Amino acid sequence: MSISGVIKMGSQVDAIRLRITIFAALFKHDLNKFIMDENTNNNILEEVTKGEYKFGFFSDIETDYAPKGLTEDTIRFISAKKEEPEWMLEFRLKAFRHWLTLEEPEWAHLHHPPIDFQEIIYYASPRKKPQLESLDEVDPELLETFEKLGISLDEQKRLSGVAVDAVIDSVSVKTTFQDTLSKHGIIFCSFSEAVKNHPDLVKKYMGTVVPYTDNYYAALNSAVFSDGSFCFIPKGVRSPLELSTYFRINAANTGQFERTLIVAEEGGYVSYMEGCTAPMRDENQLHAAIVEIIAMDDAEVKYSTVQNWYPGNKEGKGGVYNFVTKRGLCKGNRSKISWTQVETGSSITWKYPSCVLLGDHSIGEFYSVAVTNNFQQADTGSKMIHLGKNTRSTIISKGISAGKSNNSYRGLVKIMPGALNARNFSQCDSLLLGDKCGAHTFPYIDTRNQSSIVEHEATTSKISEDQLFYCNQRGIDTEKAIGLIVNGYAKEVLNKLPMEFAVEAQKLLSITLEGSVG
Amino acid sequence: MEKDTLQQTLPLDDMLIGQYRQYKDLISKNDTPHVRQLRQNAFKKFEKERFPTSNDEQWRHTDVEALTGDSYINELQPPDSEKNIEEMFRCDVHNFDTESYSMLNGWHSGNGESLKTLPEGIVIGSIRAAMGAYPEIFEKHYGQIAESEGNGFIQINTAMMQDGVFIWVPDGVKSAKTLQIIKIINKEEQLFVQSRNLIVLGKNSELSLMHCDDSVDQHASLVNTVTEIFVDEAAHLEMYKLQNLNDQSALINSTFVRQLANSTIKTNTLTFNCGLIRNNIHVRLDGQGSHADVLGLYLMDKEQHIDNQIRIDHNVANCTSNELFKGILDEAASAVFNGYIYVARDAQKTNAYQNNNNILLTPTATINTMPFLEIYADDVKCSHGATVGQLDQEAMFYIRSRGISAANARLLLMYAFAADIINQISIEPLRQRIDDMVKKRLRGELSVCEKCVLHCGAPEKEYHFDIDLSQL
Repeated sequence: MSISGVIKMGSQVDAIRLRITIFAALFKHDLNKFIMDENTNNNILEEVTKGEYKFGFFSDIETDYAPKGLTEDTIRFISAKKEEPEWMLEFRLKAFRHWLTLEEPEWAHLHHPPIDFQEIIYYASPRKKPQLESLDEVDPELLETFEKLGISLDEQKRLSGVAVDAVIDSVSVKTTFQDTLSKHGIIFCSFSEAVKNHPDLVKKYMGTVVPYTDNYYAALNSAVFSDGSFCFIPKGVRSPLELSTYFRINAANTGQFERTLIVAEEGGYVSYMEGCTAPMRDENQLHAAIVEIIAMDDAEVKYSTVQNWYPGNKEGKGGVYNFVTKRGLCKGNRSKISWTQVETGSSITWKYPSCVLLGDHSIGEFYSVAVTNNFQQADTGSKMIHLGKNTRSTIISKGISAGKSNNSYRGLVKIMPGALNARNFSQCDSLLLGDKCGAHTFPYIDTRNQSSIVEHEATTSKISEDQLFYCNQRGIDTEKAIGLIVNGYAKEVLNKLPMEFAVEAQKLLSITLEGSVG
Repeated sequence: MEKDTLQQTLPLDDMLIGQYRQYKDLISKNDTPHVRQLRQNAFKKFEKERFPTSNDEQWRHTDVEALTGDSYINELQPPDSEKNIEEMFRCDVHNFDTESYSMLNGWHSGNGESLKTLPEGIVIGSIRAAMGAYPEIFEKHYGQIAESEGNGFIQINTAMMQDGVFIWVPDGVKSAKTLQIIKIINKEEQLFVQSRNLIVLGKNSELSLMHCDDSVDQHASLVNTVTEIFVDEAAHLEMYKLQNLNDQSALINSTFVRQLANSTIKTNTLTFNCGLIRNNIHVRLDGQGSHADVLGLYLMDKEQHIDNQIRIDHNVANCTSNELFKGILDEAASAVFNGYIYVARDAQKTNAYQNNNNILLTPTATINTMPFLEIYADDVKCSHGATVGQLDQEAMFYIRSRGISAANARLLLMYAFAADIINQISIEPLRQRIDDMVKKRLRGELSVCEKCVLHCGAPEKEYHFDIDLSQL
């Protein structure tokens, strides 16, 4: 039985607590204090803006590095290290040569010092171990890392029914539940394994949604990507498990460039989750990933992520630069792709999960909660490109800015002439906590036929005195009232997260500061 | 007299640069040192930056290269005109008495004095004449309100400014009549016309202004207008811009407003016809308690293109703004709307509202709408909305089920859509006249100007829809 089943059978109170938990996770707020301690006098706003990063430990794992810097040799090194076929190397080199012709994009509402791409190590992997038969043989340090992250692999295996692929630094270290999945014909493995074992599938789909020419960071990723996850759902199969990948940057000065490819054939269904963390370091680390999703006729892919890279310290020092290209292609009729994201980490987030609605009647959804505090900057949103008839899309984005952060929504809704009767609804709200932060909205709406209906609305506000007064009047103190209101504010999106993520969010929270070094 | 035009087939920017270099002295003949200095600085910038291209984010959706790549004639001397266009275009809308000021091809026209003082004390006239007569006002405001950074159109306007309208409303003065600025383009050749306006409202003053852009022929032209408006404490400005040019015309219209404490403005930009039109409206709320209403209506068809760029800066606390633009796009018309609300740090208690609604009538009409918010203060209420859609099918069905033809039902609904803007016109005779124009425009009966935008030459005739409203 899956965990979600257990929860659904539990009392309603549990369910409510769980939701609060997710909220608490967002704010790096101590769960127990929040729910259990009735007499808590901690100012939630303080905690929101001053909470410590809890995943900043560094694991001492033996690591193989590529030489620093980026040249064709680096790419050949990566490719050789991964024992890749010739066509893969060709693809990388083509991407690299294209990347050299591009300039770093500057249109986003983000400010950061120029990135020196020659100062980055493009490949780091935990030192190869002999082929493992069971979890007992895995490097104990590595296991401990996952324990700290709340992804105890064997526990997962026993209890949760979630198949996990864990990617540390650049390499996939462990995928659970492959046997169960393969019974259904589902392929869920690391990207490098897929290149070796399923080259035809990779060749057929890789780069079809995000070509290497797409943008600066997509080209960079295509040239140097080290690993990632590959997921293939055959015709008519509903994945019995939630699939999940964990990414962790461990080594210093390294960039992480992973690549995820999810393909759902006709009538397939999968719910896929991603989580990520990084140690606390003074220098900025670069993360540039690509996620490609393809949904054929009647297929549905639900992608959820909690992005929790190290956001930098309170003075804005360090943190991960997160430049990610995520795009789904609703290729078949009646297909559906849904993105749910909770963005709490990274010092800089540049991320626009998109849907290309090619098939008639296809559906794209985007639900996002983005929280920034201290000196974090986020420029995130979604793109919905309507090509097919009767396509529908929904964008719900909730931005919360605190401290001295800047949080921008940037989105595009494009209705092409052939997208008859297309429908879009977008709502992007911003909430400002404090008077030193910024909240911005940059929607682009481009409509090219008369039968479509596009609506966009946005509000910016702080927590209103009326709402607080109402709560106070009913005996709820101000701190709790703020928690309640913010929770309600983001609820629309949080409700879209799979229940399994809620459990993991709880586990993430239970990591104590004592257990983390760094 | 030396021939004042460079008849060449150079692109516009090269032609203008050449012209400036050659005729620098002629251009800045009447300048005060202040204005001359501004010209030189602006020209240096223009030489380097040139006109924007569609690679610039702000111009991405408007084919500006096609405009500036063409060759035009730019006149450096006023045209000889025997016709008294002031009389010709004098507005005789019933019950609507205006004080008019006319310009032909960008130059002050008519036999009247170039600078006059109205009985209540308002000064109106040619900016060339005003420059020498009111140097202190010029020094304080001219070139100070318009932002030329990264905008070649503003730079070249400042560098080669020749004529335009100057209005000064002294402290405490209220305009008795609506001032009407009539700008006519009439020329056999392809003209580039620049005009520069400076409008200064003193403390506690009031001004009602109507600004009509017209063309009376079917020749192509490119008009580049820059208007700077200063609204002092507790002053009130009401401004209507009527734009009705021919399909070959292009109009780049930039209006910059700076408001001080407790002042209010209401601008209404009504676009009925024009080949390509770009309205930049930038309002800076620099004094507490100020309020801006920025409204607009655009009814475009054929292959016309309209680009409205509206920016409102809330620089201080306790200001409010309201922005509403509505458009109906027929045939292959295209529209761009970019609203930008900026709330500076500590501009608390800001209340800003922004809305853009569009109706597309055909499969070939397109709209790009970008309602932006940039906010750095927490105690604010800012909201925006944008919709693109068609006429409401249920409302359509309701009207048709009462025996009203599809064509009429469609007209009625479009008219109702536009009424939101029209009803905000507070001068009743003008409201009625514009109301009629919208009805005419929606029926496709509005030709480009027999006389001026307001078509007062047309026989006074009530426009009714052929609908028995009692059936509803």
